[in-house]
Amino acid sequence: MAATELKRTSLYASHVAAGARMGPFAGWEMPVQYAGIVAEHRAVRTAAGLFDVSHMGEIEIVGPGALDSVQRLITNDAGRLAVGQGLYTPMCAPTGGILDDLTVFRLGIDRFLMVVNASRTDADFAWIAEHTRQATARNRSAELALLALQGPRAAAVLGRVTRADVGSLRSFHLLDGVEVAGVMCLVSRTGYTGEDGFEIACAWEQAPAVWAALLEGGRPEGLVPAGLGARDTLRLEAGYMLYGQDIDETTTPLEAPLGWTVKFDKGEFIGRAVLWAQKEQGVRRRLVGFEVRDRVIARHGNPLWAGGRRVGSVTSGTFGPWVGKSIGMGYVGVEWAAPGTALEVEVRGRRAEAVVTRLPFYRRR
Amino acid sequence: MPPDLRYSREHEWARVEKGRVRVGITRYAADRLTDVVYVELPAPGTRVSFMQPFGVVESVKAASDLYAPVSGTVVEVNAALRERPELVNADPYGEGWMIVVVPDDPGELDRLLSADDYARLVGEEG
Repeated sequence: MAATELKRTSLYASHVAAGARMGPFAGWEMPVQYAGIVAEHRAVRTAAGLFDVSHMGEIEIVGPGALDSVQRLITNDAGRLAVGQGLYTPMCAPTGGILDDLTVFRLGIDRFLMVVNASRTDADFAWIAEHTRQATARNRSAELALLALQGPRAAAVLGRVTRADVGSLRSFHLLDGVEVAGVMCLVSRTGYTGEDGFEIACAWEQAPAVWAALLEGGRPEGLVPAGLGARDTLRLEAGYMLYGQDIDETTTPLEAPLGWTVKFDKGEFIGRAVLWAQKEQGVRRRLVGFEVRDRVIARHGNPLWAGGRRVGSVTSGTFGPWVGKSIGMGYVGVEWAAPGTALEVEVRGRRAEAVVTRLPFYRRR
Repeated sequence: MPPDLRYSREHEWARVEKGRVRVGITRYAADRLTDVVYVELPAPGTRVSFMQPFGVVESVKAASDLYAPVSGTVVEVNAALRERPELVNADPYGEGWMIVVVPDDPGELDRLLSADDYARLVGEEG
């Protein structure tokens, strides 16, 4: 894809000025790294990192019947959300395949905000609009920028640039209309790194002011800008799925370790019948984590073997900078899914020893 | 980039040292790869061929083949990279070297790029 076709966030100039190496991701020209993936990864585990995730989509469902529409669209139970609360959920096709994974926040009694993957924003909006009955779906992706402030010092960093009591915000809760560095923001205590942290949405063109104030104010706390490279290694250590890589329309939440997000008792939702049958019959394959015991790295698509048979494929792999191991995830037949099972991963025609490992690889203390 | 080296289009450098050729990857390549975590190199005695793969470098993001900038026999391998692969990023033209080759035909190096030509190549790619 030619660079000219890539979209840019309002922080593009800030990234270039900070020495970012830019690269394509889901149709966007995004920062891959600044100082380096490993250094940024470590900063997020020990202090804090600031990510531009403005490429992600935001879709609002508003009006009478909004809850009914959301409930029909997602597998998790939005009915239990009080205003100011959110949850993580897949959104499935009638086949039970995952159309996207997203966070849903309840902004009001009849008002929900879905934060979706950049690669799926347009398809999601079409799907959501089609399945929204009385309520109205609005694609706010072009008007909202999104920053992720992640790490054990995230609350201290944010506390330096806002008067709001962000420290007492609970996990998966949000505050609307919070002034951060003089800019009105929506702040949630969520993230994709395995650390404490916040996601901060604001008007598209105001993001550079928020970004600069956070970096400046966060410097004494050890805050650094972090790119999508570190975001990927952090999420993999934390055992989070990446849409399009670990999960997609050919996989179901029950095969991925997302069974906990499928609430059959909430009533009807798209995909329920197929997922219920799959639950009754049992899945035939599962997504597992594994450690490679050899000096190679598993990559998406590499074959997985066990007992001399091909038993599945790698979906994600990297060297975990914090855990210090070659790690990965992939689907295997259920008979090979138990932690401790010996696997082999085929890399460049050679098979390396691996072992099924309980997810996540990293859990913060 | 060092002006005295020769460069391949696949981003390896070659330095002639008393009839032998030291080989590594360029800073441009190391930066593009991101943090290197493993380097797979051939054992001394292995034959390598002009612009054929001789090893693999793995970063947190991707794996990339290493191409021999000259045909010949590997006589030295940088053992330090086994424990300290980050040397490739930190010092690609120095401590991050990969192999030393006794070339079959030193004239083959004329087929590589000069520093100026290589700078133009990566300027276009960058």
